[in-house]
Formats: sequence, structure tokens, C-alpha cells
Amino acid sequence: MVKNLKVVGKPFRKVDARAKCVGQTKFADDIVLPRMLFCKILRSHLPHALIKNIDVSKALALPGVFAVVTGKDFPIPYGILPVSQDEHALCIDKVRFIGDPVAAVAAIDEDVAFDAMNLIEVEYEPLDTISTIDEAVLIDEPRIHEYGDSGNIHKKVSLEFGNVEEGFAEADLVREDTFFYEGNTHLPMEQHAAVAHFDSDGKITLWSSTQTPHYVHRALAKVLGLPASHIRVIATPNGGGFGGKSDPFNHEVVVCKLSMLTGRPVKVTLTREEVFYCHRGRHPILMRVKTGVKNDGAITAMHFQSFLDGGAYGSYGVASTFYSGALQTVTYEVPRYKFQGLRAFTNKPPCGPKRGHGTPQPRYALEVQLDKIAEQLGMDPVEIRRKHLVAPNSITANYLRIGSMGLGQCIEKVVEGSRWNERFSGWDPNNRKLPFGKGIGIACSSYICGAGLPIYWNNMPQSGVQLRLDRQGGVCVMCGSTDIGQGSDSILAYIVAEVLGIDPFDIRVVTADTDLTPVDLGSYSSRVTLMTGNAAIQAAERARELLVMAVAEKLGVPIENISLAERRVFDVENPEIGVTFAEAVVLAESKFGTLGTVGSYSPPRSPGRYKGSGVGPSPAYSYSAAVAEVDVNPDTGIVVVERVWIAHDIGRSINPMLVMGQVEGSVYMGLGEILMEEMVYRENRNVVHKFPSMLEYKSPTTMEMCDVKTYLIEDPDPNGPYGAKEVGQGPLLPVPPAVANAVYNAVGVRIDEVPITPEKVLRALKDKARGRIGRFGPAAIPVVDWPEPLRVLTPSEGGDGSEMPRVAVHG
Amino acid sequence: MQGHTKKQIAFRLNGEDIEVAFAPHKTLLEVLREDLNLTGTKHGCELGECGTCAVLVDGRSILSCLMLGLDAEGREVKTIEGMANGAELHPLQQTFADLGAAQCGYCSPGFLLVAEELLKKSPDPSRAEIQEALSGNLCRCTGYIKIYEAVELAAARMRGEEMELPKESVYGLD
Repeated sequence: MVKNLKVVGKPFRKVDARAKCVGQTKFADDIVLPRMLFCKILRSHLPHALIKNIDVSKALALPGVFAVVTGKDFPIPYGILPVSQDEHALCIDKVRFIGDPVAAVAAIDEDVAFDAMNLIEVEYEPLDTISTIDEAVLIDEPRIHEYGDSGNIHKKVSLEFGNVEEGFAEADLVREDTFFYEGNTHLPMEQHAAVAHFDSDGKITLWSSTQTPHYVHRALAKVLGLPASHIRVIATPNGGGFGGKSDPFNHEVVVCKLSMLTGRPVKVTLTREEVFYCHRGRHPILMRVKTGVKNDGAITAMHFQSFLDGGAYGSYGVASTFYSGALQTVTYEVPRYKFQGLRAFTNKPPCGPKRGHGTPQPRYALEVQLDKIAEQLGMDPVEIRRKHLVAPNSITANYLRIGSMGLGQCIEKVVEGSRWNERFSGWDPNNRKLPFGKGIGIACSSYICGAGLPIYWNNMPQSGVQLRLDRQGGVCVMCGSTDIGQGSDSILAYIVAEVLGIDPFDIRVVTADTDLTPVDLGSYSSRVTLMTGNAAIQAAERARELLVMAVAEKLGVPIENISLAERRVFDVENPEIGVTFAEAVVLAESKFGTLGTVGSYSPPRSPGRYKGSGVGPSPAYSYSAAVAEVDVNPDTGIVVVERVWIAHDIGRSINPMLVMGQVEGSVYMGLGEILMEEMVYRENRNVVHKFPSMLEYKSPTTMEMCDVKTYLIEDPDPNGPYGAKEVGQGPLLPVPPAVANAVYNAVGVRIDEVPITPEKVLRALKDKARGRIGRFGPAAIPVVDWPEPLRVLTPSEGGDGSEMPRVAVHG
Repeated sequence: MQGHTKKQIAFRLNGEDIEVAFAPHKTLLEVLREDLNLTGTKHGCELGECGTCAVLVDGRSILSCLMLGLDAEGREVKTIEGMANGAELHPLQQTFADLGAAQCGYCSPGFLLVAEELLKKSPDPSRAEIQEALSGNLCRCTGYIKIYEAVELAAARMRGEEMELPKESVYGLD
């Protein structure tokens, strides 16, 4: 057990906080280089069309224009996933959504670039559009892409763990419910921006607002045809990411090419409207959940079907599809589980990962259905959850290895804090403890702390840290991780300071630079604290060992007596005997030569061996429970969330203040999703973004944000650095379903569709008043010809994690 | 745009008298960032929707993306770069940094200047007053709570009062 921690667990300021508060932080658009040109990108105004001709002559002739590029300059496709290399930096022969990039200009300033962009003439031949999941399932032609499982179906997945039909037969109650979770977007305050500089050595540097410089590096090497060693990607501090800056983007490729062509630095800064087209946000998902339970609420089997509206490109979509079915088993015991998932291509901005990647949608469905089940069984919604929690140190039916599991404590805290038992009155609407219109609801969730597998298959570490100690006692920590505001730079400083017994502000942190820092895969999947933290501990402990050996020799004491604290290296038995940290570095450098150490981290191997088992495994799982208190006005349908109590199983807080900030930010974002945020499209073909602006894409202001009561549960996980688990994404998950369940408690209607807008509440209330079912939500799912599921025996059935051989069909 | 004759104006910026020449159609936001290299002022929408580009003009917060640069003639403009007193941070900058009110930090300059304006008018604002004053500024990271706490702590310090942040704000509830 770790003891006497000096830095870990303390609310230190972030290492970059002061720069951010005095306006000194250099975001990508703040970079200005001599002779820099500006880039504007012409985007398609049609949702689906063939490009017949592009005439750039007028644009090129405009004074101040230095280069114009089109799709023929970018013949090589790319994409974040190896299985979805379906994007071109500029479209070659076809556009697939309004906003797809077609041509780009580099000019002396932004205004000239804008004028030149408008002089480019593109001749299109419009194609029929696919705008919904239903259409994609029904209409095979025209195909949006020439790849995918069939027609406009990008991917179909079918997995079965144990025999679910057997489980449904054992159940006392089987419920089937249908839900829809509308898509929404990250809306980072900073628009994407990038600056490329092709220098006289023939090497290129790209500064970009990206969460994943390593993947951008790989994509650039592929598309530009330069050796990767001649490309340097520097991720600038991200002005918000939330998943929206995790793909390699066309504008990043385009400015590199324009800089190579012009020999001058080139900058691009997207407009807010373009950021909406970039998207890669939350997939709209239609879901059908069939769950069997015993009378005590124990789940006997679950069959989950998800239908994802993927938009026009692959992005992370195959992973999103698997994620929409992966974590159902990690919260409550689900002994038999079947998942079928389908991702459709549509002529809309591509969807991808947003905070919680693929899991808030199924979590909503599962937690609202559980509330309905509790009512049918006459159980308290707290009890039905608490009684059937997944066991710590167990393996789920789909072979996810659970380590620490603090959900029981989370539930206890929010139940106590919200005075649940005094306010929840059971299910009889005529015997209420709260007045009609006031309601309370609970939901729980879990999330990964980093994906078990990297995006491209390899045996190398997922995270690397390099430490350099100089003879003045300076310590520099270098890591490929990207600070997107969550504080990952600070986490590196805190952990190294803890191990070396110095102050975090003694440390210089250099991150997210593919020339200078060892690879870290990026800021996604809540992986950074766990993975870079473990790598940093290893690097720092190796440095510590060198210092300890040198100082022990100097002092003539056994090495086990040497301790590091308060910027000193000393004999624990005679603490006054010792040297300063800087002197210790000199001793070690004299003994060993120039001091540098490395650390790396690879997640443990997952027990799953079946095809598809790559999505879901994680070194650890975080847990959250939330209770929401709402006020619903039955005359207007307006839902006000007054307060959320949330408890998060963090394992251990490296910095509790930053953990609190992530919890509060997650509640905020969950609140936006459940009450107002939606990516919606208009016109009869349903493909024009309805409101690509911050004014009309509603997000919570200070006036909508609720009061938040936070509890941190510290139950250290053996795989986390000092026991730490993730907090950036998990606490968002229980918020939408807790609010939905509270709305039901307040006014007795079920809103099975996110967001819960006043119109939906009123419709459900009116239906109820007319004697119909008080519910708003989807009724049906598309009829799909699913492939035969891959069958996997569960651990309790004696399975070994592999799929069962398919029964051979003989003709 | 090329071909536009630049216009020169004089105004007071962060306590200094300056002169600057720029194309007349430029917004104050563009003049600050592009012609004066003060990139601390950020842009989120350039349509007056998000509050990110707020600066103080004659002590009042305005959205610099909606004001023409020419309209700054003769006026007193304060940006985030002028908020600290030399190397000494403004109490709001100090509390925003110390309490985690700046996560990604992109919206922070706008919030800080609007909060400064609030505390000048109302040295001891209630939570509701703070919410109202900051309602034109969007933040996607914090859920605003750490921002309220930073404003309250800075306000107390500016009034010369001792104030401890409640333990639950930093460590959560017991």
C-alpha cells in the first residue's frame, strides 16, 4: 500500500493553469509565422453527387492566390481505423454530405482565400440521398461507399454469449423496449485549426488542434508520400476536444500539401459552421432491448440491438458499433448476452467518438428499461440495481475482466445524499411523497480506463514516457500525450514529483510532439491517466534508483535506507544526513553518465479471444451512480433539472480538484444531451444541418446548469497508477437516464427518446390524458437480415474466450 | 482584403496609448489578434453567440467580434493581456488558475473579463448574480461550477476577507 503521499491526492494547481489565465497559452490559431499563407476549403453544398468537373482557373488567376488543390492532388485515402480508409483530403469523384471538402486555396490572407474559394467552379451530378437508418437498410443504390457489408450498411455485428433463449425461458418477466438517442456534437469552444510549415530541409511540421498527434502523423505519412521521419506533428493545447479532434482531418492534410507546394507556412482555421460539418460526434442510435429477469430483479438474459446512423464516412464507426454493445455487462450481472449492431452510411456529417464513445446511448436504454422493470416487479429502483451488481475481480459473459468495483458505495452515497428513501414513494401515483411535477430518478454506469487494444495492431506499448535529469537538478518529462484541458500534462508532473520527492512545479513537461516525445496513442478512451501515469511511474522509479544508488554510495548507507522527499535525498534513519535533489543528480551523473530513463505501459491481455473481443477490454473500469431531481411543468413540458447527486468510483484521485472538475463537466455535458443538444437536419431529404451555429444548437448556459453534489469513491485499482481510474467520460453516462427516470417520477410519462424536449413531454402527457400510453419514443426497428451470431460459451459455461466453431453446412 | 486602404486609429489598450492601421472592415477581435498580435482574446463563433471574445471597452464587456475596430477610436480597451498588474495576477486570474476554473482555458479570457466587470459593479455577488452575469459566456469543460467558486473566492479576497473554499468543492462530499 502506498503511504505518505506528498503530491498524489492533493489539489495542486495545473501546471499550465496560469498561462491559460493570462492569455499566454498558444492555441493553434494563435500561431503566426513569417510569410504565412491562409487556407480556405471549398465544401460541397450538395449531400450526394458526382463531381463532373472542377475549374480552378479563375481562383488561380486572382492576385494573392498561391496555390489551389483539388482531389486529384490527394489520390491516397486515409481514415482513423485500418478497416475504414475511406476518406480523401479532398473529394475526388464524389461528395457524400453537405460540407464534404472539394478544393482548397492558399492565399496571402484569409479574405483573398475566401474570394478565391468562391471563384472555383464545380460541376456536380446530383445523386439520390440516403438520410436515415431505415433508408440505408431498405435502399441499396446508390451506394454511398463501394465498401461495407452490403448496400449502404457499413457494418453488421452479431455476437451471442451463452444461450439467451434459455435465459429468457428461465425469466419471470421479459421486457422489450425501444429507444432512440439523437446524435449531438462536441461543440468545443475552439474551432479546429492547423499550421503547416514545409521547411528548407524538405521536412514538414504541422501544429494542430488534435487529440491524437500520433495518428495524424501516421495518416500524413501515408497520404503525403513522405517518410514518417520527415514529418513532425505537434498537438497544440486543445481548446476542448471531447472526442471531436480524434480523427486525422482533411484540413490537416490540405495545409501540409499547400505548404509543400508553396514553400510557405500555411494556416487553416475552421469556421464554427465548418466545425459542425467536421462533427465525428455522438451517433444517433435506435435501440431495442429485450431483458429477462427473475422476480427479485436478477437478469437472466439480455438481447441488445443497436442501429447506428453513421453519416457519410467510417471514422471510428466500427469501434462505435462494437462499443454500443460491449459494456452492457460491466455494471450488473448479465449471465447470457446477445448483441446485434448495425451501422448505416447516410449522407450526413460523419459520426464518431464523443465523450463516452458509443456507450451513453445503450446506457440510457438499459437504465430506463431497468426502471420500468423495477416498477413491474414492484421493486425500488435502487434495490434492483444494488442487488445485482457485477462482482469485483470477475469476468463477464463477454469476457471483460472486472477489477475493482466501487458501484455499491457510489449508490449508497447518492441514495443517502439525495434522501432517496424520504422522497421516492414507490410506484403508486396516488401515494406520492413529492408533489406532482417534482421527481427523482436514479441510474448507474461504468466506463473503460483506456482501450485494451491499440487502433492499429502492434506489440508496442500504448504509452511511453522519457525523463531527462540535468545537473542543475532539473527534471524534464516527455510524453506523447495531449492536454485537451483535462490536465494530462499536470498528471505527468504530479506523478514524477511524487516518485522523485520534488515539487510538481520543479518539473518541465514536454508533450504531444512526435519529434521530441515518445509515442502515447492520444487523448481518447479515458486512457491517459492510467497509461501515461503507469509509464511515468516506471520512468521515474528508474531515475529514482540511479539517484538512490549514487547517494547511498556517497553517504555510505544501504540503498534501502535512502528516501526522496522535500527536494532532498537522505538516510531515513538520520534524516539530517543527505544531499539536495540537485546534488543527488550530480552524484548520479558522475557515476552513471548523462541521466535519462524511460517508462512504458501496455495493458494486460484480455481473456477474450473471439472475433470482436478487441472492443470493451480495459485495464480497469470506473463506476458512477447518479440521482437527478427534476421539476417538470405539466403545462409547458419544460423540464428543469434542479440538482444531481453523483458518486464516482475514481480508484484514487491523483488530484481531487481536477477529478471534481471532470465530474462536474460530465454532468454538464450529460445535461445538455438529455435536455437540448441535437444534431438535426431539415428539408424533405433530411440532410441539411438545421442549425450549424452556437446560437441555435442549444447547449446549457449558466442558467440551465444544475447544482451538482459530488462524491468521490476511492477504492484503488491494482492496475491504476496509485490506484487511479478514469473520470473524463464515465460520469456523463448515468446523467441522461437518471433525468429520464426522474421525469417519469415527476409526471408519469416515459420519454424513450433523447433529448427530452418540452414538445415530447407534452405529447406524452396528452396521450396519457386521453387514456393512451404516456410515452414518447420509437415504436419499431428495421427488419434486418442478421448474420448468424458468433457463439461464445460464457466463463460460467466453461468457455475459454474463443468462439465456438460454426456448424458446417453440407450441401 | 487587398486593395483596401488601411485606416489608422488611436486608442488606449491595456493602459497604453497605441496607434494601429488596419483594413476598415475588420472587427475589434481581428484587429487585436491580427494587427496587434494580442492572441489572448479568442474566438468561438465570430457571430456574437458564445462570449469567448469578450473584452472590456470603457469598463464594459463587449463582444469584440461584433464591434468594428474603427469604433475603438479614442476608447479604453482592456484584454486578458492587460488584466494582471505586471507579474502580479489579478485575484480572479489567481483563483481561476488555482481552483481549476480553466480546464481547456479557451473560454477563460472572456469569463475573466466579464467577471472583472461584475465584481467592479457588485463586490459581493450572490451565486445567482454570478450566473446571470456569466450567462452570455459558454464553457464546455467545467459545468461552470469551478468558475462560480473562483469568482466567489476572488471577490472575498478583493473585499479583504478571509475565505476558505468548502472542502466539498475540492474533495467532494463525505
